[in-house]
Amino acid sequence: MSTESYLKLYREILRIRIVEETISKKYPEGKMRCPVHLSIGQEAPPVGICANLTVTDQIVSAHRSHAHYLAKGGGLNPMIAELYGKKTGCAKGVGGSMHLIAPEMGMIAAVPIVGSSIPIAVGLAWGNKLSNNGKVTAVFFGDGAIEEGSFHESLNFAALHSLPILFVCENNNFSVYTSFEKRQSTKRKIYDIAVAHGIKSTYTEGNNVFEVAELANEATTFIRNEKAPFFMELSTFRHLEHCGPANDDNLSYRNQEYVDSWMKKDPILIAEDILIAKNILNKELILQLRHEIEAECEIAFQFAEDSEFPEKEDLYKNLYI
Amino acid sequence: MKKLKLFSEAILEATECMLEIDKNVILIGLGVPDPKGIFGTTTNLQEKFGEDRVFDCPISENSVTGIVIGAALNGFKPIITHQRVEFSLLSIDQIFTQAAKWSYMTAGAQHLPIVIRLIIGRGWGQGPQHSQSLFSMFAHIPGLKVVAPSNPSDAKGLLIASIKDKNPVVFFEHRWLHSVTGYVPEDEYEVTIGKSNLYKEGEDITIVSYSYMFIECIKVAEFFELHGIKIELIDLRSLRPLDCDPIITSVKKTKNLIVVDNDWISYGIAAEIVARVSENCGNILETNPQRVGIEEVPIPSTRALARYVYPSQGKIIEAIIKQLNLTGIEIPEAEYNLSIDKSDIPNQNFKGPF
Repeated sequence: MSTESYLKLYREILRIRIVEETISKKYPEGKMRCPVHLSIGQEAPPVGICANLTVTDQIVSAHRSHAHYLAKGGGLNPMIAELYGKKTGCAKGVGGSMHLIAPEMGMIAAVPIVGSSIPIAVGLAWGNKLSNNGKVTAVFFGDGAIEEGSFHESLNFAALHSLPILFVCENNNFSVYTSFEKRQSTKRKIYDIAVAHGIKSTYTEGNNVFEVAELANEATTFIRNEKAPFFMELSTFRHLEHCGPANDDNLSYRNQEYVDSWMKKDPILIAEDILIAKNILNKELILQLRHEIEAECEIAFQFAEDSEFPEKEDLYKNLYI
Repeated sequence: MKKLKLFSEAILEATECMLEIDKNVILIGLGVPDPKGIFGTTTNLQEKFGEDRVFDCPISENSVTGIVIGAALNGFKPIITHQRVEFSLLSIDQIFTQAAKWSYMTAGAQHLPIVIRLIIGRGWGQGPQHSQSLFSMFAHIPGLKVVAPSNPSDAKGLLIASIKDKNPVVFFEHRWLHSVTGYVPEDEYEVTIGKSNLYKEGEDITIVSYSYMFIECIKVAEFFELHGIKIELIDLRSLRPLDCDPIITSVKKTKNLIVVDNDWISYGIAAEIVARVSENCGNILETNPQRVGIEEVPIPSTRALARYVYPSQGKIIEAIIKQLNLTGIEIPEAEYNLSIDKSDIPNQNFKGPF
């Protein structure tokens, strides 16, 4: 991987981190009035995977969509404006945090009903195969989505039709407050389910963005060459509450040892350690990048503040086209 | 003995009461034992009744609904919860095509004492997929009973009645009612399913509503009281079976009717009531009946638009003024048509996010 590629991946996870931290900080002002599911701690899978997708490749996300939207190239100004409910938002304010879109960048949809995104993504891939356009679709979902019937039905269809799709399970081990072993059998692994459907499948810890990017490179190369689906399970960790701006570890639903072990594997820290060791990054450069991103954030939040709300006559727009 | 309780506490109390007196009652749902306890309605129940009676579950709505049907066939009385009505839509096959048909298609040999608790979201940008008010869709299905209480006392009594009922009962909770308080009897009691509540007598017009919007109708009735207009208020409480006789009796007296719905207007609860009144006493109405409800669009996330979607006190007052052709009544803007930042929260303490 080139120095430039290393820095690009690092900068992108740092950018998502700073954007999400700014949302977390400003949320109590009561101006972003929609449920938010922040991606802090889970930046590496979206960035590592989207680095291997072209602009015309397509992705579908779920309720925790901010990182996917940004990693695929969705604009920061329209994203923040969407959270503020303004008409300059990426969905003109009617969608909110859970419905970010940037179709021109291949960010096709965010679907916050667990599991319901997966067949829609398989349909995109089916369309791409029927059109023979060479596009790859990636669909991001959590470990909770594995519990939905549509997940299994979709894997079967994708395998049956040999569709160009990358399934990405970001396994953060928790469905809201409920841990994995209280919801799923521990007698099998998630990635083995894909194997049983005849889909090539892999597992890794997902907090090293460079490793994720390399694995995603193999996965997308396989999909493009073999014209067949691929499944990645990436374990990761959400720093904050499931929904909302705060840390809620005071509720003790995750034990401290578990939290500490994952905080040591923070994707930003991992990337910085690697790049400092390689002499690609130093403290001055980190600060410089942070300043650049913070400046970009300030502009985006100001843009959202200054933008107009939609007006009453916009209410019935787009109900039918 | 009555105590002032939150609507959410009344639900918790009813559930606890039934878990205590009937060992076959079990409770399952996503997040039931978690620290938030379904908005405080299931808090500490697993600690009190054990992991064999109170369960969390996989995100598998359709199968878990089928599974509670199976458990009910083997003698249990399951309560299943969904934090938003939308999540239950993944289980519509099991609710509509299985549970609702079971007693009938087995010629009464089997029955399903199941309660399905559904929460309707509103406000704080919940948006198109987390704030649908799907009351009428469930009320459309013969074989289901559907209840939608508007206050803590009815919530407790109707939930106890629902759990004791031998049939599948859909129990609707509006998210904005969870923080509403009212006096709730301490003991075990039932509010009969299929009985409406004549909340307030009046001579000038009949207003029928249910669930959260009934609270707004009470305030509207108080407003008109000051102007000498007497509104007769009926709280439906049950949507199926629908208790229509008291409405017809009332309309025969007042000769005017407005139905305030919580749902989209077309093909809805309000439409059903207007139809039944038309069939039974249409010829005595002095004015055309009106339906007030949600604008016919998905609910936008932005509060700048969501404020126009929902029925408000202001809209109900306007409807009454128009229907009774009243003059000289000013609607105090600030109070009845809420500002943008008050229109999307149930009370000033609400800070989101869900």
